[in-house]
Amino acid sequence: MATLLQQLINGLVLGGLIALIALGYTMVYGIIQLINFAHGEVFMVGGFASLATYRYFLPPSWRSDWWLALPLMAIGGAVVAVVLAVVMERFAYRPLRNAPRLAPLITALGVSVILKEVVRLGYPGATAPVPFPRAFVDHQFRFEFFDGTVNIGSTAILMIVVSIVGAIILQTYITRSRMGRAMRATAQDPDTARLMGVNPNRTIVLTFTIGGALAGIAGVLYGIHITNVDTEVGFLYGIFAFTAAVLGGVGSIKGAVIGGFAIGLIKTLSGQYFPGGTQYDLVWIFVLLIVVLVFRPQGLFGEPERVRA
Amino acid sequence: MTALLEVQNLSVAYGAIEAVRDVSFAVGEGQIVSLIGSNGAGKTTTLRTISGLLRPKSGTILLEGKPIADLAAHTILERGVAHCPEGRRLFGRMTVEENLQLGAYVRKDSGVAADMQRVYDLFPVLGQRRTLKAGLFSGGEQQMLAIGRAMMSRPRLLMLDEPSMGLSPIMTQRIFDTIKELQAAGTTILLVEQNALAALALSDRGYVVDLGRTTLEGPGHELLADERVRAAYLGED
Ligand SMILES: Nc1ncnc2c1ncn2[C@@H]1O[C@H](COP(=O)(O)OP(=O)(O)O)[C@@H](O)[C@H]1O
Ligand SMILES: [Mg+2]
Repeated sequence: MATLLQQLINGLVLGGLIALIALGYTMVYGIIQLINFAHGEVFMVGGFASLATYRYFLPPSWRSDWWLALPLMAIGGAVVAVVLAVVMERFAYRPLRNAPRLAPLITALGVSVILKEVVRLGYPGATAPVPFPRAFVDHQFRFEFFDGTVNIGSTAILMIVVSIVGAIILQTYITRSRMGRAMRATAQDPDTARLMGVNPNRTIVLTFTIGGALAGIAGVLYGIHITNVDTEVGFLYGIFAFTAAVLGGVGSIKGAVIGGFAIGLIKTLSGQYFPGGTQYDLVWIFVLLIVVLVFRPQGLFGEPERVRA
Repeated sequence: MTALLEVQNLSVAYGAIEAVRDVSFAVGEGQIVSLIGSNGAGKTTTLRTISGLLRPKSGTILLEGKPIADLAAHTILERGVAHCPEGRRLFGRMTVEENLQLGAYVRKDSGVAADMQRVYDLFPVLGQRRTLKAGLFSGGEQQMLAIGRAMMSRPRLLMLDEPSMGLSPIMTQRIFDTIKELQAAGTTILLVEQNALAALALSDRGYVVDLGRTTLEGPGHELLADERVRAAYLGED
């Protein structure tokens, strides 16, 4: 029982991380039907940027105060991730807005490779995983649960809380605010949204901004939780997040979050309980994906593919 | 007197297909002007070009004497041109209220709530269902909402593309009555219709569009009496 609870917690932590990244995938897809394969790298860059904030910008006397250092690292990571996402949209995707859909997709793959290599070669020591400061992982909560001890760290709690709160704030913003309405209108029918006076570029930039900020925050949380960051994680978690977005239904906020948690839980639980253990956990994720897509091609919460005149 | 909207020698192409060639017409302040013509004549293309969704190949579009053909669609709306598109194009997954709010998207004044009430007064059925998703409504109700949504920006020029399409005769009459009321309230109207009889009866001026060209023009009642119009568009021979 203790093992089960422990794995559930681990699954929620991983799921929260995936959900934060998946939100960016799903929002960008919803608005311009682009699978932004470089979004995973935005997350990775956010991790490195928050580490750089700590190493190179924080006065040494602030570094040991996590309540001071952590928010500043989060801001550093998120700002760099946002700038990166917006620059990417402006110079890589916008010129291809009316090109065949394959063109921006290939571009996204190219951007992804470039970002990874630039960080790997440009960030000091990034050819191997770069350690994060350990200051934030100190606090572990342990408690007895039936037959054993369950362990949950403060960074794990932070990951779960931030992902859920972030998703709720985002959902509220999208459904209630004026700009949120403009984003939904653009996603449903871009031309008619323009007839309402919605500036499509502004809406698209806002979408990349939100996605970038969430990915950047995910990068910081990943770093302090895993205690290192590595140029490979962009690709790996990008794939997880992309899968989560497809599973939940691309374009759906709720879907991205549920998809993220579903994948986190499947990965940890199958790794623990299914034959083959962690060697096969990725297999089960894709088995789930295939099963869902066979019965619901639009994903759990997706709208059926719209036919546009 | 310069017209509120003046379109001169407009040509618009989709790739190699020239859908509009040499269309010219003018809409005076406070008038109802209709473009009539058979399916595929280029009426919708003309309206989409005026509202900035398409770019002309050649020709001029003047709003109060100033060229607008290069402006972005959202800027043209801000200049006071609203477009109620063919097929209604509501945001079907949003509520009635959200659709109307989007109609007022560019407005920052405090009159939005009052204008929304005005739409609900005009079409009480919308008021009763303001929290329902627009996609669930019948064709007539959707058309009311589409017109209401276009009114929400308080346009000086309202362009309506086939507002009677797919509606029952009673519903069509409702819509045409509404158009007349909007004119009385000071809105200038550019109306595109296949229902030429009803449109011309209502219009101060009409233009016949055929194969991308304006071929005939005149006051609404004169066009109604014109033999060529009657033969081609009113089903008489
Ligand atoms: N998106 C498009 N791509 C290519 N051709 C189009 C497109 N839309 C309309 N057309 C063509 O342009 C011509 C004019 O169409 P349209 O403006 O819709 O006419 P109307 O509104 O008068 O029925 C038609 O021949 C139509 O087939
Ligand atoms: Mg048409």
